[in-house]
Parts: sequence; C-alpha cells; structure tokens
Amino acid sequence: MGDAALIQALQGIVGAEHVLHSPADLAAYAVDATPLLRSLPTVVVFPGSAADVKAILELAGAQSIPVIPRGAASNLSGGTIAINGGIMLNMNRMNQIIEIDAANLTATVEPGVTTAQLAREADARGLFYPPDPGSQVISTIGGNVAENAGGLRGLKYGVTRDYVMGLEAVLPNGAILRTGGKNAKDVAGYDLTRLLVGSEGTLAVITEVTVKLIPKPETKRAALAIFNALEDAARAVARIIESRIIPCTLEIMDQGTIKAVEDFAHVGLPTDAAAVLLIEQDGARAVVDADIELAGKICREEGAREVSVAATVEEGTKLAEARRFALPALARLRPTCVLEDATVPRSNLAEMIRFINATAKKYNLTICTFGHAGDGNLHPTCPCDERDHEELERVEQAFAEIFDKALSLGGTITGEHGVGIAKQDYLEWKIGEAGVAVSRGIKAAFDPANILNPGKVLPKATRKRLVVRQG
Amino acid sequence: MSATLAELKESLRHDEIINCMRCGFCLQACPTYKLSLHEPRSPRGRIALARAVAEGHLTLDDITGPLDQCIGCRACEVACPAGVHYGTILEAARATIVEQKHQGTLEKLVRRVGLKWVLGTPAGIKLGCFGLWFWQVTGLSWLARKTGLVKAVAGKALAEMEAAMPKAPSPIKRFMGGGSGHVFPAIGEERAKVGFFTGCIQEMTFWKENRDAIALLQNAGCEVLIVPGQGCCGAVHTHTGEEHTAHEQAKRNIAAFEKYQIDYVVNAAGGCGAALKEYKLWLARDPEWAPRAAKFSASVRDISEILLALPPIPMGPRPGRVTLQDSCHMRNVQKLVNEPRKMLARVPGLEFVEIGNADSCCGAGGVYNIMQPETANAIGQDKSNRVKATGAQELVVTNPPCQLHMRASLMRSGLDKEGVRVVHIATVLRESMDAAKK
Repeated sequence: MGDAALIQALQGIVGAEHVLHSPADLAAYAVDATPLLRSLPTVVVFPGSAADVKAILELAGAQSIPVIPRGAASNLSGGTIAINGGIMLNMNRMNQIIEIDAANLTATVEPGVTTAQLAREADARGLFYPPDPGSQVISTIGGNVAENAGGLRGLKYGVTRDYVMGLEAVLPNGAILRTGGKNAKDVAGYDLTRLLVGSEGTLAVITEVTVKLIPKPETKRAALAIFNALEDAARAVARIIESRIIPCTLEIMDQGTIKAVEDFAHVGLPTDAAAVLLIEQDGARAVVDADIELAGKICREEGAREVSVAATVEEGTKLAEARRFALPALARLRPTCVLEDATVPRSNLAEMIRFINATAKKYNLTICTFGHAGDGNLHPTCPCDERDHEELERVEQAFAEIFDKALSLGGTITGEHGVGIAKQDYLEWKIGEAGVAVSRGIKAAFDPANILNPGKVLPKATRKRLVVRQG
Repeated sequence: MSATLAELKESLRHDEIINCMRCGFCLQACPTYKLSLHEPRSPRGRIALARAVAEGHLTLDDITGPLDQCIGCRACEVACPAGVHYGTILEAARATIVEQKHQGTLEKLVRRVGLKWVLGTPAGIKLGCFGLWFWQVTGLSWLARKTGLVKAVAGKALAEMEAAMPKAPSPIKRFMGGGSGHVFPAIGEERAKVGFFTGCIQEMTFWKENRDAIALLQNAGCEVLIVPGQGCCGAVHTHTGEEHTAHEQAKRNIAAFEKYQIDYVVNAAGGCGAALKEYKLWLARDPEWAPRAAKFSASVRDISEILLALPPIPMGPRPGRVTLQDSCHMRNVQKLVNEPRKMLARVPGLEFVEIGNADSCCGAGGVYNIMQPETANAIGQDKSNRVKATGAQELVVTNPPCQLHMRASLMRSGLDKEGVRVVHIATVLRESMDAAKK
C-alpha cells in the first residue's frame, strides 16, 4: 500500500479532518522531548474511539505498518519517535473524564486526559490523584500509564503503577482487552494491568484507564534545609525516614543546581552550600506539624547550617520555589539539556552524587544533580550544545559511566523516564539476559507482527560496559 | 530570490530556535493548540517547523500556513521553562517569509498602502482618522453595509470589524479635544511629565479612551504632552513580517520623544506598550540606536502601571459587575497582570469577577481576526460564552484590538442586545474619578 492509499484508508476510518500528512504536519510530529532525535512519521492520525483504534491497528497489521501511540510527547526516552516511519497515533482527541466514582474512589478516563486535568477534577471533589510527573500540565494519563510516570511524591505515594486499577486496550491484532476494574482485590489470572503499565506503547494501545483516588490530605507544610556537606544532607534523609517520617516530597539539589537556581531566580540560596533539602509533609494537621518540626530538628542535628520551617501553606510554596526553578534554571544555561534519571537506593545517595560530580569533572562537563532524594531517583542534568559533536560524545561516555555506577550501587538505569530508544542498549545491564529473553517473549505474544512502536525498549545491541566496577 | 541555507539559518534565528528543548509545556498555554489539539498549531510544533526550514528539511512555503495560524499572543513564553523567546522566532520567520516569498500584486498593494503609507506615517494615521469619520458620517458606511459592499470587497471578517467600530469623533471634536502637540496641564501638584503615546488604531477608533487616560494622568499630577511626530508603534508590522518598516517606526518614535523633557512614555494600549518596551530588543543589533532604544523602552508605562505608582486619585461610586480580559502582550510581554486588577479594585461599588481564562487570548491578535477569522471567531465565541457565564454587564479590556474583536464577538453572539458592553479600563477609571467630583 502506497502512502496515498494509506492516507485514504485512514481518512475512511476517522474522517479526513483527523488525518494530517502535509510535509509540515509530519515535521511537527518528528520530535518528542528527547534531545537530538528526529524522524518523520508517514501519517498522523487522531482516533476518536477504541473502535477507531481497532480499525487502524487492523489496517496497520494487514499492511505491516508501524504504529506509534502518542500522548503529549513529553517523554525523555525517545518513546514517541517514528524511527521507521509509520502511523503516529495521537490519543489526545480521546480526552473525556468518563466517571469519577466517589463510592469506589476511582476515576475512569480516556487516555488523552491530561494529568493536571484529572488531578484538578479529583481535587474539586475533595479527592486526590497523587502521581505528579514534572510534565503534568501537558502529559496525558495514557502516556503516564505507558511510561509508568513518577514524580515528586513517589516516596510516600508511589508512582502511576500504584494507581492504575483497570485498563481497556486494543491489541495489535485488533482485539479489545479489558484488564482489572474497580476491585481492590482481583487475582483473576496474570496481572495484565501491571504488564501494560510501563510497556511504552509496545504491547497494546491504551484506550481507557481506571485509576484509584484517595482522600485529599487535610493540610501541607514545608521545610528547607541548607547543608555545607553532601554527606550531612544524605544522612539527614536517611534519619528522617528512619524516624518513621515519610514526607510527601523529599527533594535534594546539589551545589551546581543551587548556583544555577540562584543565578536565575535570586531566591536567596547561599551558592557555597553543598546541598539543599526540601521537605514537605501532608496529612492531618497534628501529624504534619509534628513531622515537619522533627524533620527540621534532624536536619539541624545532622549539621544543616540553616533550616527554615514554613508556618503556613503559602510560606511553604515560597520555600518550594527554589526546587521548582531547578529545571528552568538549568535549561537556560545552554541550548541543549540532557536530563537523566539514574536511580539508587537512598542509602547510596551521597556516593552517587559524588560520583556524578567526579565524572563530570573527568569529562570536562557541567552536570548538576537534583531530584527525589527520598526515593533515590536523581536527575543528573547536563547543559550542553547539540551542535558540538565532540561534547556530545563526552556526554554519552559520562552517562554510560553514571548508569554503570548506579547499577553497581544496586540502582537502575532509569527511575521514571523509561527505556524507549535512549536506554535500550543499557537495558540488559539491568535486567540481564534472562530478563531480555522473557521480555522478547512477551512482546512476541502481544505483537507477533511487531507493528506496535517497533524498535523500542528491547535492546538492539547491548552496550559494552565501559568501566571496571568501583563499588 | 533564494537564500543559502546559512543565510536562512541566520535569518530564521537558528541560534534562538535551538534553545527549545521540546518539553511541550507550552502546549496548554497555546490558544490555537487547545482549539485544534494539532502539534503544528502549537509553539513547540511551529519552532520545530522553523528549525526544519533552517536545517533544509522543509521550505518556507511548507510552513507559511501553520505560522499564519499563530495569533502571536506569546502566552507560550510565560509557560516555557527554558526561556525561549518565541516572539523573536515567530517574527524572524514571518520576516523571512515576506522577504523570500513572491507576493501577488494585490498583497503588495495592501501591504504598501495599508502598512507603509497609512499606518506607517503620522500623516497617514491622521488621514485614517478623518477617513473613518467621513466614512461613517456621510452614510457611506451605512450604504455599504446595507448593500453588502463591504462584505463583497473586504470580506466578512473585515465587514464585521467595520460594523463593530464605535462612532469616530469629528475632526472638530478631535481638534478641540487636543491632538498632536497639545499639552494637558497637571491638576494639583505636578509630579511627572508624561509624553503620551496614542497608538494608530487606538487613536483612530478609540480616541475617547485615550482622552480618558490623559484625564486620569492629569488628575494624578502629570503634565501630559501628545508628542508630535509619533506614529504607529510598529507592532502590526512585526506581526506581518514587515521587520524593516517596524524598525523605522521604532526609530521615528524614539527620535520624536527624545525631543522633549519627559519622565515617562505612557500609553493605554497593551499591545503597543509591549512593542515600545521591546524597542530595545528590536534595535539591539544596531549600535547607534541600541542605547537610545534601551533608554526609551525603560521609560514606557502602561496607564494602569503608572496610576498605581502615583498617589491615588479620589474615586467615586461606579457600581456594576465587570469582568476583565487581559491583553496578551500586556500580560505576557509587559508582565502586567495585577496592575489592571488592582486599579479596578479601587473603584467603589464595582464588583469584579474573573472570566476564568483571562490569560488566554481572545483571538484578536492584531490583524489575526481579519486574516484567520475562523479560528479567531471560534475563540471569540468561547470568550463571549464565558462573559455571559460571569453575569458581568461589562467586559473590561486594555488594548484596542481586543476591544474591537470582543465588540464584534459579543455582537455575533447577541450579548450586546442583552446590554453587555466592552469598555476600556481607562473609561471605567475615568467615570469613577468623575463620580468622585460630583
């Protein structure tokens, strides 16, 4: 089937106004939020229903045409790049909240609903949808499920996976699959819901999502602690959690990030500080007060040079400002911003950050680290310039060493961004030969013709590990 | 005329384009994306397109359509974590397209007469003021409307805009009310000398609103001079890719205002004010003009901005429920969000309700509503519905294109028949000030 016939067939399914194919249209869909990647799809389609998706997948299956499901394309792993061309399947037209069930505390939504939209609707009913990926204003629930998106609240509330109760998805052969539902307990067969969460659009196209909601916490308070030594901050993190406090956010910024934030926003951070911790707790007022006071005390005991505890929610918002400016500050430094998500058990936080700094120095790069200290999910971020190919090579080598180190500390190559094409050659380092083999089996069972987001997640070639383990 | 790729890269500002990290945070801020959900109608998409041309993957022709669909509200700049100057990229792309593209005879004529002769010269603007009055007062407007002539010649969008225009003042009234070169004395202690920037469309169609602003300034202790020799701010030229003409406007205005000892350049048009404040960027690469532009831009104030900074004028009761639509360039470029709201809060008896999405463009976009009526009217319709939902009797605006477009939008949805009016903030404040004097 030629491109013209394909376009015509798709127009027959969804209507001409929901198919884009001009050169400019295709160029606009050649990118996602991952630096450096660009590849044109053959055609861009906007299905309006599961039935549309089914018809499109049947057509693509019959013609062996790749299909790339796409939400807001805010992913950082190249997950929505049409590396072999094909049909860019945009789910953002399916953007209705179908139901918020106050009795069962669930919401059922179409995949194109944005994370912020769901959070807002839940909030308006006194309920809470906790996953808050950085891109929540635009990211879609379908995309969050496909990528198993995390966020700042991971430590206390978990990630997207912990909220997905049921899915409707269309398999590559056109069959419509329903998994899970509103039952808190449901052990009927393999956990297909969890299998699809984080499958990065390679197994099925998600067309409906049922998520768990929880009651909205009564209040929230924040504290900010400034440290002269990274180790002191890391010890404070460990002791806060040892003291049976699970803060809703526990964020760290290293010296490089502090400097960038201060240069950009002038929020009053001392630029000679080694680390800043932002601690937020939510819940019942008495518990929140006790937790935040104790967390502040622990930080002081562990050598914090300054601890500010917010008296009000507004003051807390002000303290959290420094952390909110981390990405904007770093993104402004240089044209390109490589934002990674190496993750380690939190007991190894200080060692990991120190290794990142040493590696940056070794390769003559700026790598600033901020991230979710509470769950060990770090964001080493490298401002660079994609026009400088020699620099990019150094960036790649540095991150290969950083991923290797994370693994040697019992961590992972990606905490929340996913594998896509950016990490596929590192995957075997983490899940091993057996993991890759069983993953290939799963892919073949769902998608024997390999039409759904082909060339993603599973390794093409495994990267040679570059360094001798030091851990 | 065809440019080499290196020239295109330079002309399209590839150096700014690559600052976009494609995170997509701009999507939810973009009125045309929200309407279409199509990436080529989003800032991220448009930047990707400009980049594709600069890197030789697409031609200028390929991207003209998607760029034409951008309103230029620049809400994306506020949402952008990387601080990308989208306005710079958009204006560079539009200028490159105008420079490189073959224009039809009609387009050339419209651009030359409309943008260069009428709006591009002070005399042209004066002629425009007279022409509008003549058109309305002689019944030509009525006749042309009745016979469908305007619609036939200028199209539906322009016809609707023409019908939405308020009655223009006569040349005598304009003269008596103080025109170019007129000095309005400060009332009470003099605190500042102000050079008033009238704006072209503002002075043609919303002459009275400018006089309201001047009266407010006088009562706040400003001596106000309508600086002679000023013309259009040039914003309409940057929006339409006439970069060179825009810069000419900037230089002429700077030179005109430099002749007088003034503390502030004040205007009552959010879009013009944004352009005046950006002269320093427009002329940054011109060594002779850069410092003069920087000095000029630093002295520019919006009417709400300066009134807030001066001692408060006594205000009297002006009851009623109102809502406000921000001027995009006042909000996103001048970064004035609280100023108009704080000024409205000073009016006794006024009940203010937010429209709910005042930060999202009304669809006017300078001349966007004439060039892209379908999108502009869809957005205007949504705004009208929101005005209705607030129960407000007045929609307060701070910029002439918004005022015209929202008047037309309310007329289309029949809200004007229910007594809902569009009113400039200077008029509201002046009426409140006058009420205090009674």
